[in-house]
Amino acid sequence: MSWLDFFKARKPEPASASQAKERLQIVLAHERIGRTREDFLPKLQQEIVAVVARYVAIDPGRVNVSLDRGGDMSTLAIEIEMPGPQQNRPRHAAAS
Amino acid sequence: MAEVIVVTSGKGGVGKTTSSAAFATGLAQRGKKVVVIDFDVGLRNLDLIMGVERRVVFDIVNVIQGEARLNQALIRDKRVDTLSILPASQTRDKDALTKEGVGQIIEELAKDNDYILCDSPAGIEKGALLALYFADQAIVVTNPEVSSVRDSDRILGVLQSKSKRAEDKKDPVKEHLLVTRYDPARVEKGEMLKLDDIREILAIPLLGVIPESESVLRASNTGTPVVMDAESVAGQAYKDAVGRFLGEKVEHRFLEPQKKGIFSRLFGGRAA
Ligand SMILES: Nc1ncnc2c1ncn2[C@@H]1O[C@H](COP(=O)(O)OP(=O)(O)OP(=O)(O)O)[C@@H](O)[C@H]1O
Ligand SMILES: [Mg+2]
Repeated sequence: MSWLDFFKARKPEPASASQAKERLQIVLAHERIGRTREDFLPKLQQEIVAVVARYVAIDPGRVNVSLDRGGDMSTLAIEIEMPGPQQNRPRHAAAS
Repeated sequence: MAEVIVVTSGKGGVGKTTSSAAFATGLAQRGKKVVVIDFDVGLRNLDLIMGVERRVVFDIVNVIQGEARLNQALIRDKRVDTLSILPASQTRDKDALTKEGVGQIIEELAKDNDYILCDSPAGIEKGALLALYFADQAIVVTNPEVSSVRDSDRILGVLQSKSKRAEDKKDPVKEHLLVTRYDPARVEKGEMLKLDDIREILAIPLLGVIPESESVLRASNTGTPVVMDAESVAGQAYKDAVGRFLGEKVEHRFLEPQKKGIFSRLFGGRAA
């Protein structure tokens, strides 16, 4: 920091352009893959829910898919709400 | 019952997405339940401006085509918990949006939100028409520039003839003027249209004036809606506009060139 910055009366902030570049690199890397391949997430989710539904009466509306794309690694989390032991009856599965 | 607000302009690149993000965040910061929808199918950007691009799983087209449920496609904001984002699809084309599909989504979102903001794409084609079709209110984003003012006038005509409210012969869509990228120094030099001139020509109630500000670029770099930057003049102007939208009486600020202190005159530095 030069002595001139002292007079600018603004707290020094990390340059935001480097954040812009990093964010773009990550999101574009993922989008470019997506252009050459069909979006598989909808199907993946359907199939996972179908498999789970074979064993437990679940409400397909209570499935939550979350994703965090990263540079080296992404995390895909599929959260399926399962009924408690007393409620494992079709009654719950019918609720939307 | 939620109010549906379209953020529209006709002309491209005037600040619709910046304003949608700022308004949605500002309303949510005031405790309202808000969802903001990106209607720019094929060119989504709201996710970047909101800083949620890494978390997009499903989008509005997935929901319309029955490939995902609405609550799965909604991304909850991590900073303001009453705010969520419904992204546009990046890969499909605009024809994937249907009036019925959008109508169902809005109806469903209306159940547990106070405001549904629709970030319109530029133009007056399908995407823009669908973004405004269900609107109760419209924020018309206008730059102090001839082509922008003309396009705003055009979009006002569309709101008055092609919206659902117009078709159903209900009360018209409530219109608000939001002037953005206003540079008082250039207005003073006579290089840029004056606020009063824009108001006179468009003749709709003024919601706010957002000054041209460097902090808008910084906000988009970091994916933080500019209204969260308390030091930014643009952020403060958006905050004021949100207050006015909620019926508060807030004076307009930043309409005059900023008086520069001796140091900033010596060492440069523009509007924060
Ligand atoms: N108040 C402002 N001061 C400085 N720059 C601004 C301001 N408002 C918007 N911008 C800049 O203008 C450009 C366009 O903004 P934005 O993407 O919000 O416009 P848009 O109307 O959504 O565009 P499009 O029609 O392509 O959807 C961006 O680079 C943004 O950073
Ligand atoms: Mg936009």
